[in-house]
Amino acid sequence: MAKKLALIASKGSLDWAYPPFILASTAVALDYEVHIFFTFYGLTLLKKDLSELKVSPLGNPAMPMPVPMPNFMQMLPGMENIATMMMKQKIADKGVASVEDLRTACLESGVKLTACQMTVDLFDFKPSDLIDGIEYGGAATFFEFAGESDVNLFI
Amino acid sequence: MEFDKEVDATGLNCPLPILRCKKGLSEIDATQVLKVISTDPGSVKDFNAFCVQTGHELLQLDSNDTTFTFYIKKRSS
Repeated sequence: MAKKLALIASKGSLDWAYPPFILASTAVALDYEVHIFFTFYGLTLLKKDLSELKVSPLGNPAMPMPVPMPNFMQMLPGMENIATMMMKQKIADKGVASVEDLRTACLESGVKLTACQMTVDLFDFKPSDLIDGIEYGGAATFFEFAGESDVNLFI
Repeated sequence: MEFDKEVDATGLNCPLPILRCKKGLSEIDATQVLKVISTDPGSVKDFNAFCVQTGHELLQLDSNDTTFTFYIKKRSS
């Protein structure tokens, strides 16, 4: 019987979009059955348009910067866009997959994606803003799969 | 070494070489051999782990400073 991986994706920034989709697509390649539950900011990763994903140096002292930058500079207008642009350039230069490509790989290989219904309501997301082929459910839906999974991760 | 299909994963980073390998394996028959070329140094450990977990057989690994070439025999069932 196939092993099972259950993930909770709770973050919606460009950098944190990677771990759930990398782990899910790789686990499927290793013949796992995979289920990702998207809740709170993680729901952003199910939007049709992922071009709005951003990364912020603010409050992230471990983020490598080309030049050392005092904390107050990082909150200047435009800094988030510059950091995001630089990160996207690096991703392309180093042959790292885009978030879109990894998500498509997950969808095509049968990873089950569930949007947290409560968060959809809380943030007034419209199902038409989200991609097709996903399911909507709550914590009990997650446990139905997670309870019999071999690996469970909260990201 | 003889092979039945070749997958070029050069310039790609984790997890893409593994995903391309998996796709390549799905396009050949059981016991046929897939050749995968990668430039990701992490892929050496990853391809070993992939084969151990999936039952495909890593027949041979040729590596030089920058390129890693894997020959993988698809499992019989």
